[in-house]
Amino acid sequence: MNFEFRHLSRRAFLVSTGTVAVAIGFGTLLNVRKAFGQATPFSPNGWVRVGTDNFVTVYAPACEMGQGVFTAMPLLIAEEMDLDWSQVRIEQAPYNPKVFGNPLFGGNMLAGASRTTRGYYTIMRLAGMQGRAIMVDNAARKWGVAASECATEPSAVVHKASGRRMTYGEIAAFAEVPASPPNFTPQQLKPMKEFRLIGKDVARVEVPDKVSGRARYGIDVRFPGMLYATVLRAPVNGERALKVEDVDAKKVPGVRHVVPLPYGVAVVADTYPAAQKGRQALKVEWSQASKARSYTTDKVIPEYVQRVRNLDDKGTVYEAHGDARDAIAKAAKRVTAEYTSLNVTHATLEPQNCTARVDGDAIEFWAPTQSPFGVFLAAVKGAGFKPENIKINVTFLGGGFGRRAENDYALDAALIAKAVPGVAVKTIWSREDDTRYTKPRPLTVQRLEAGLDAQGNLVGLHTRIVGESIYRRFAPPAFNASGGKDLPLCEGAYEPTYHYPNFALEQLLEARGVDVAVWRSVGGGYTKFALETFVEELAAAAGKDPVEFRMKLLEKDPRGQAVIREAMALAGWERKRPAGRALGLAYSDIWETYIAMVAEVSVDRKTGKVNVHELWSAVDTGVALQPANVRAQIESAAVWGVSALREKLVYKEGVPQQTNFHDYPVLRMNEVPKITTKVIVSDNKPGGIGEAGLPPVAPAVANAVFKLTGKRLRDLPFKTELLKA
Amino acid sequence: MIKFVVNGKEAWSEQPADTPLLWVVRDELGLTGTKFGCGMAQCGACTVHLNGQPIRSCVTPVSAVAGKRITTIEGLSQAADHPLQQAWIAEQVPQCGYCQSGQIMTAAALLAKNKKPTREQIVEHMKGNLCRCGTYNQIVAAIQRAAGELQKA
Repeated sequence: MNFEFRHLSRRAFLVSTGTVAVAIGFGTLLNVRKAFGQATPFSPNGWVRVGTDNFVTVYAPACEMGQGVFTAMPLLIAEEMDLDWSQVRIEQAPYNPKVFGNPLFGGNMLAGASRTTRGYYTIMRLAGMQGRAIMVDNAARKWGVAASECATEPSAVVHKASGRRMTYGEIAAFAEVPASPPNFTPQQLKPMKEFRLIGKDVARVEVPDKVSGRARYGIDVRFPGMLYATVLRAPVNGERALKVEDVDAKKVPGVRHVVPLPYGVAVVADTYPAAQKGRQALKVEWSQASKARSYTTDKVIPEYVQRVRNLDDKGTVYEAHGDARDAIAKAAKRVTAEYTSLNVTHATLEPQNCTARVDGDAIEFWAPTQSPFGVFLAAVKGAGFKPENIKINVTFLGGGFGRRAENDYALDAALIAKAVPGVAVKTIWSREDDTRYTKPRPLTVQRLEAGLDAQGNLVGLHTRIVGESIYRRFAPPAFNASGGKDLPLCEGAYEPTYHYPNFALEQLLEARGVDVAVWRSVGGGYTKFALETFVEELAAAAGKDPVEFRMKLLEKDPRGQAVIREAMALAGWERKRPAGRALGLAYSDIWETYIAMVAEVSVDRKTGKVNVHELWSAVDTGVALQPANVRAQIESAAVWGVSALREKLVYKEGVPQQTNFHDYPVLRMNEVPKITTKVIVSDNKPGGIGEAGLPPVAPAVANAVFKLTGKRLRDLPFKTELLKA
Repeated sequence: MIKFVVNGKEAWSEQPADTPLLWVVRDELGLTGTKFGCGMAQCGACTVHLNGQPIRSCVTPVSAVAGKRITTIEGLSQAADHPLQQAWIAEQVPQCGYCQSGQIMTAAALLAKNKKPTREQIVEHMKGNLCRCGTYNQIVAAIQRAAGELQKA
C-alpha cells in the first residue's frame, strides 16, 4: 500500500503548522452542523458536541497507543474552549481527514513520527477558541448584550455587569453556528501563564479501563456469530502460493472457509484455535522467487560495509552545507569510524489483528491502527472498495511503535471479509507471525568521518548511511518528490543542532526485497548512537573534554547546552562512583525535543555483559502538555532503548530466525535500570515525546563502557564479546 | 462440556478439550480483559488465577480446569477497586495497557501470600510478565503503594 503525503519534507510540514493548515479543521462547519442537526447536542465545529446535559464530547484525532494523546489532544480544545474537564467525554474520531487530519502528514489521519502533539497543538486550540467564541456569541445574543461584555468560566458564559450566567449545556439547547464562524490566528491563543489544563498533569482518562480489563483493543472486538481467521503467509516477503492443498484443513471441526490471498492462504473458522488447526493442515507450494531470498544478515553486512567505504558512490546527498569532503581532506587531523545496526522488530504485545465486515459493497473496520489512512488505502487500493463505502473504527492499540503505521493487517481483514461477506471476521496474527512477518527497522552501516584543525576544532563532518529504503515503499510520493530522500532512515543525522562548519549527509539506499519500516525513533536509534560516540572519539583526538567539545558545537543553541548541564547535575556527574562503575553522556535533538542522558554502567569482564544501573535525563520539549506523561514517555523510550542494546532480528535467506519472546528477548523487570527524568518547562512550542528518550541510551551507555574498558562499541546490538578481558 | 467456576459463577465450555483456556475465557465467555500475547507462556499477558494461583491461560488446556475456580481481571474485585487497581491508577502505570491485566493478576497473587514484599521479591515474582512500554518501575511503585495500603487496613 502506498501513502500519499501532500507535504514532503519535514521542513515543509513544520512551516504549514498553524497557518494554512487551520482551514483543514474548519472547512466544513455548516455541513457538520447539519450532520449533527437531528441530535440534541450542539456542534460549534467538527471537533466538539455540547450536550444539553452539559457534557461535552471532544474527538481524539489520533490513536491511543500508550503515548497519552487520547487525553492530551482533547485537553487542547478544553483549554481554549474553557470546558469543565470533569464533564468532558472523549471519543475516537471517525475517519474524516477533512476535519481530523494531521497537517504534519499532509492532512492525513496517521499517528507516528512524534507528530501528534506537534501537528494538532495549534489547530485544536484554535478549534477550541472558535467553540468558545460561538458559545459566547449565542449567550450574548440571547441576553441582548455585546459578546465583548461576556466572559467564560469552565463550561459556562457569564455576563458580569448583570450577574447572569448560562452553562454551555443551556446554551446548546438554542445555539446556532453562525453562517461565517469566527476564525482566529495563533497569535490570539492564550499565553502559557493562563493555562488551566495544559501543563497541569490531568490524569489520563482511559487508565481506569486499563486496570479493570474493560479497555477494548482491536483483538477484543466481538460480535455474535463472528468468525476468526489466521493467515499462512509466504515464507519469504514477495512470494505467493502456487498450489494449495486444503482438503485436510477443511476437515478440521469449526473450519468454514479457506481463502486464497495474493501473499498467502487464510483459514476462517468459528474459533481462533480451530483456524490455527486448519492452517496447520494446509499444504502449500510457494513461488520461491523473491529477491529477499538472498537477504542473509551475515552476508549483507560486509556488502554494506564495502559500499559505505566506496566514497566515489555518493548515493543521494541528503543534506549538506559548505564542503565537508574538502574541509576534511585539508584538516590537520582526521577521524573515521564505522557503525552497524541490525534489523529489529517492534514486538507490540498485542499481535497484529484487524476485524472487518462486508455488507454488499460496503466495508466496516475495527482496527488497532496508527493509520486510519493506511486502513482506508488497504480498502480502496487493496480490496477495491469505493471511498464512500468505507467506515473505520479505531480501537485502543496494544502498542504501536511504528508497526501499526503499516496496513498489512487491514489488508488481511479486507480481503478475507470480502470473501466471506455478511459476517464480521477477526484476523489474528500469532506471535510467531508477528515476529516472522514483521516489517523491521532497516539494517544499517554508517561511516562517519570528521576533520579537526590544529586547535582541535571540528571543521567538517561527513556522514554516510547505507540501508534499505523505508519511504520508497511506505510513502512513494513523498520519496519521489523529495528526490529520493528517506526521511526516517536518516532521522537524527539531518538538521543537526550541533554546528558543523562543513557538513555532508549521504544516503546510500539498498533494495534487497525486505520490507523495512519505521520503529520507535527509527533512524535516531542508530544515527545518534554513531554520532554521540563518535563525538567522544573526536574530543579525545582533539585532546578536549567530551562535554566541553559538545558545548562548543552547541554554542549557538542554549537549549541544547541547558539539557546537558541539567542531566549532568541530576546525575551528580562529578561524584565518585563505586569501583567498576562509570558514567556516560549523550545528547539528542530530534522531533523538536532536546534531551541529554547520563548512564551509570558496569561491565562484567568475564562475560562481556553490560549492566545499565541508572539513567538520568533532562528533557526540554517546550510546552509540556502533561509533564508527568512526558516523563512517562521519556522513561518508556529509555527502557526500550536499553532493550535495544541487545535486540536483533537475524535473517537467513529472507527468513527471520527469531519467532517469539524466548528467542527475541525484550527487556524484563529484573533488567530495568533506575530512571530519573527532569522535564524543563518552557514556552517553546511543544516537541514530540514518544521517541525522544531512546536515541541517547545506546551512546550514553557505550561512552561509559569506553571509560571502563577502553573499548569503543560500534555495533547495535552491542558486540559484548569485545568486552571480555 | 467442561464445567468450572469463573469469577464466582458457574461456567462451561463446549470447545475441544485441548483448547487453551485463554480463548475459552476471551471468546466463549466474553471476558476479554485477559490478553493474548505469545501463546507459549513467555509474556504473562494471559495470566489468570486457578484456585488462587497465577497460571498462563494460553498454555492451559480447558480440560485442566474442570471443576476448578478461575479468576480473571474482571473478577479480581467487585468494582475494579482492588488495592492494586487503585494503586495502578494512582501511579498512572498503564501506557498502552495491554499487559496490565496480566501484571495486576500476577501482582495480586504475590500480595495474597506476602503482604510486605521487598523490591527484590517484587521483581523476582514479576519478571515473567513483559511490558513492551517499559512501565516496570511504575509497576513496582504501584505494588509498593498497594502493599502500603494493605498495611494500613
